[in-house]
Amino acid sequence: MIARLVVAAIALALAFFVDIPEAGAEYADVVINKQAEKNGMRPVVFPHWFHRIRFRCKVCHAELGFKMRAGANDVTMAAIIDGKFCGACHNNDIAWSVEKCDLCHSGKRGLPSGIYGGHETSGPGRW
Amino acid sequence: MQASISRVKVHLSRWLAGSLLGLLAAGTVFAGNWLPLAKDGVHDPRSPAAKQLQEPKEALSRLTPDTTGNQVRWVLSLEKGEINPREKLLPETKVRKLDQDILLNLKGGMPIVRFPHKQHTEWLDCSNCHDQLFEQKTGATKISMFNILQGEQCGVCHGAVAFPLTECYRCHSVVRPGQTTNLPTHMNPQFHKPGGVGP
Ligand code: HEC
Ligand code: HEC
Ligand code: HEC
Ligand code: HEC
Ligand code: HEC
Ligand code: HEC
Repeated sequence: MIARLVVAAIALALAFFVDIPEAGAEYADVVINKQAEKNGMRPVVFPHWFHRIRFRCKVCHAELGFKMRAGANDVTMAAIIDGKFCGACHNNDIAWSVEKCDLCHSGKRGLPSGIYGGHETSGPGRW
Repeated sequence: MQASISRVKVHLSRWLAGSLLGLLAAGTVFAGNWLPLAKDGVHDPRSPAAKQLQEPKEALSRLTPDTTGNQVRWVLSLEKGEINPREKLLPETKVRKLDQDILLNLKGGMPIVRFPHKQHTEWLDCSNCHDQLFEQKTGATKISMFNILQGEQCGVCHGAVAFPLTECYRCHSVVRPGQTTNLPTHMNPQFHKPGGVGP
């Protein structure tokens, strides 16, 4: 029982140092790849730094209802075209429209969903 | 049983201390450069987007510098008007703000944590924190550094999108009488106080 707890604690501690996803990404970049690659598209890379220059967090995380957890939102292209999620802005009005597939689907193949550029805890999505 | 529980506690606190030290070391590694998108490990350099997307350096190097995270002191950048991010999309949305500081950790060994509602509600809505993450009553939520390091409570944002947990003194900013902030000398505590000047 004790041994198991200690092992778990050590495993956790190691996870902090070893399991950090690629450190090169800009801080707070999010990869969304629950559906994309399965359907033949590159994973989506969402840059927080770029968007927070233009919008406060509350626009996406309160008004538009994006849950603050990488991978927690079930985004589909149908919903986006319908004006939900990214489509609330990427509609040829506030920002360029969905036709520019490659600008969103720009990730390296094989990347799992999650927050990148991480500083150690890498946020709630990891747990 | 009592003894074994305390042994587990010792192990856990060693782990916590180790993690915190790791954080301090890691925080110093990235300062001062933004990687080009083609080399950042997430963008596919062969994607047509590689040449079209904006490079972080181009946008971020113009803003108030920081040593960590996006290397931008976002709070100051907003206060100074370097950036003017939109607060809402729909005309009927109510923008809610609050100017109230909350002091946390009044009994611990680290300096007291000052949580400023003002700077947070510039960016966030009340519903981003209340009542899922925190009660609307000072002292009612059991907050701990342990939870924070696991990406809960303050760690939902800090360590993911807002400035990372390496910056102890931005949160633990109210030094008690007679207390020293004894961190490694390369981490100048003055700088880590809210509103501190960048390098
Ligand atoms: C504004 C950003 C954005 C643009 C532009 C965009 N997508 Fe997507 N797309 C997403 C996001 C986000 C997801 C969800 C990814 C996931 O969960 O894996 C997605 C998912 C998908 C999926 C899988 C899920 C589904 O609904 O089928 C396909 C296929 C897809 N996109 C194709 C396209 C094509 C083709 C285009 C161009 C016509 C395009 N996308 C343009 C953001 C975008
Ligand atoms: C333009 C929209 C947008 C803005 C503005 C925005 N976010 Fe996000 N945020 C997202 C999206 C999209 C995700 C990924 C959701 C997913 O993967 O399902 C996300 C994810 C997150 C996560 C989860 C990270 C994790 O580790 O799981 C946090 C925390 C977060 N955002 C905080 C913030 C904060 C703080 C701000 C303001 C400084 C902000 N966001 C601004 C769209 C936005
Ligand atoms: C609140 C509005 C809003 C939402 C929601 C939003 N975006 Fe954007 N996005 C913008 C604006 C505005 C731009 C800049 C458009 C321009 O330069 O013309 C942009 C630009 C981008 C860019 C290009 C960045 C560059 O380097 O030029 C990408 C990639 C992107 N968005 C992806 C996404 C994805 C993926 C989502 C959904 C997960 C999303 N956005 C949701 C407003 C939004
Ligand atoms: C995002 C804000 C934030 C950051 C950054 C942060 N802390 Fe904390 N810390 C807190 C909060 C909040 C508490 C719990 C306060 C309470 O007890 O109500 C806490 C509690 C603690 C405690 C336990 C209480 C005590 O005083 O003994 C320790 C130890 C601690 N922090 C150390 C650190 C160290 C070391 C760092 C830097 C590596 C750090 N913290 C960074 C917010 C933060
Ligand atoms: C970033 C997170 C965050 C946001 C956003 C936020 N709060 Fe808080 N709030 C807190 C924390 C943390 C506490 C202290 C909770 C505790 O000690 O248990 C608190 C405490 C409170 C309290 C209790 C104060 C007292 O005197 O006891 C009230 C009232 C409150 N918040 C209202 C609001 C309102 C209104 C908004 C939006 C305008 C808001 N908060 C936005 C984190 C937040
Ligand atoms: C929902 C997201 C979120 C949560 C939860 C959160 N913060 Fe923050 N915090 C932010 C953002 C965004 C900023 C702006 C600075 C940045 O992005 O680096 C910020 C800035 C700060 C600042 C800097 C203020 C200044 O004047 O420079 C302090 C101190 C701080 N947070 C402490 C805390 C503490 C303590 C907690 C937990 C009780 C907490 N935060 C929880 C998002 C959050």
